[in-house]
Formats: sequence, structure tokens, C-alpha cells
Amino acid sequence: MTCTEFLQILDDVIDQSIAAETRAEIEAHLKKCGHCEVVLNTTRKTIEIFRCHEIYEVPAEVSQRLHTKIMDRCKKAR
Amino acid sequence: MSTIQPIAGTDEQHPDVALVARVRGGDVAAYDTLVHKYERQIFRIAQHITQNREDAEDVMQDAFLKAYEKLDQFQGNSKFYTWLVRIAVNESLMRLRKRRTGKLVSMDEDVQTDEGSVPRDFADWAPNPEQNYTQSELAEILKKTIQGLPQGFRVVFVLRDVDGLSTEETAETLGLSVPAVKSRLLRARLQLRERLTRYFGRRAPAIAQANAASGGDGAEA
Repeated sequence: MTCTEFLQILDDVIDQSIAAETRAEIEAHLKKCGHCEVVLNTTRKTIEIFRCHEIYEVPAEVSQRLHTKIMDRCKKAR
Repeated sequence: MSTIQPIAGTDEQHPDVALVARVRGGDVAAYDTLVHKYERQIFRIAQHITQNREDAEDVMQDAFLKAYEKLDQFQGNSKFYTWLVRIAVNESLMRLRKRRTGKLVSMDEDVQTDEGSVPRDFADWAPNPEQNYTQSELAEILKKTIQGLPQGFRVVFVLRDVDGLSTEETAETLGLSVPAVKSRLLRARLQLRERLTRYFGRRAPAIAQANAASGGDGAEA
């Protein structure tokens, strides 16, 4: 497996949708290619960081205000 | 005669199905539950598209109201959440169009770029690199990093990786093909990784800062 081939299936590796027979090939490639190993690990970590840290928090008072507005309008719409 | 198939999904019905049925039956409180459940996600996606807090608040309000009014049109062959997100995405694009005084805005903007499709920076990251920053510093870094992506990549990444929609659901929500979602997702992930390496890579901070300041990747194609 070449680095280009690895990159083409990187998403499948991350999303764990890899056929069993390809898995051994990937592992062999990663064992000898430090660059691809770094790319895989740091891409995984990238996703994890964005998943675990909310960038756009809704302040409680904004949420409450919007909520009241939405519900008022919904009740009127009935 | 025994070949009648049960309606798909009846075995493990999504909890939203019952809530939607209650709303249709006139139970406004059930809609309250749905708003509570999804307000954070809808606000997030609106922020990522409009990049403007005021617009995002308006989008959130309008999307939930529109969904309520159009609930009779909701077919139930997709999840309530993906249907709601689709409304929010359209509302967000409309807002953006208004701000740009009618200029056409689409999900295809700026995606014709090869920038960042090949990794360049192979510096490994320190373990838990985010711990080297305060919460607010980290939020700034993540904001700056993701705002630098073309909109069409950013939205795919947020729906697929942050919200956890499937590739098919993301495609359906954005009106894109599955291969288009896949290609955008890979490039979004790689570009974000490359940009975060400037902050999290194991190297002297001075070098990292100089790289970040000079615009970093894409300089030498």
C-alpha cells in the first residue's frame, strides 16, 4: 500500500468501515510509514477535539428568550 | 399472504416519531421538548453557515417556527432532525444572501480548491495538546481554524463529524451526492488537521507561531 492509497481510504479507516482483508494491509503500511501514522492519529484527534468542545454556546438567557418566543408563536398558530 | 413486511423502523421507533405525532395532535408541549432537544445543534449549524451571532439567533427561531408550521408536510421517511436541519440550512443560506445583498449563495462556494487535499505537516502532536490552552484560547483556535474552511467543507464536517449524521443523511440534508459529501469530508478533515498542527504540533512554539502568522500551508504547492 502506498501513502496515496492510504490517504484515499483514510476516512473509511477513521469511520471504521474497512473490510477485514484490507485491515492487515493498512496495519503493515502504518508500521513502516510514520507520516501516515501521524496523519491518521492527528486527524482522529482533530475530530475528537471539535466534537468535545462546543464553540458556539447559546447563552442561557438567549435560549430562554428564543424559546419563549417560539412557543408563544406556536400557541398562536394553533 | 404472509409476506407483508412491517413498515421500516417500526421495531425500533425513534423517540421523535411519537413526539411529532403528539404535536400533530395539538400538543404544543411536545414541540417544546423537540425545541429543547435540538436548539443547540440548530444554533451551531446556523452559526457555522452565517458566521454571525444575530443571524444565527434569527435562523434558530425561524427554523423552529417554520418546522412547526410545515409539520404536516413532514413525511416521516426521514428523521425529524435531518428534516429540521435542512430547514435551518436553507434559512441560513437565505440570511447570508440578504447580507450579501442578493448575491447568490450556495453550498458549492469555494469548493473547487485543491488546497489542503494532501498533508504537508507531519509533526506529531503532544498527548492531549488542548490542555496547553485555556478554554477560551482553545475556543478561539477552533473557531479560527474552522472559519478558514470553505463553507461547503465546513458544513459537511459539522453535520457529519460534530453532529454525527451519517454520510447519507448529510447528503440528503444538503442536497449533495454521497460522493460529494465524502470528498468534502476528507478535505475538511485534512485541512483542519493541518491547521491545528500549527498549534498542537510538537515543536518550538516560536516556529509554530511564525508558521501560523505567515499563513502556513498552501504556500509551496
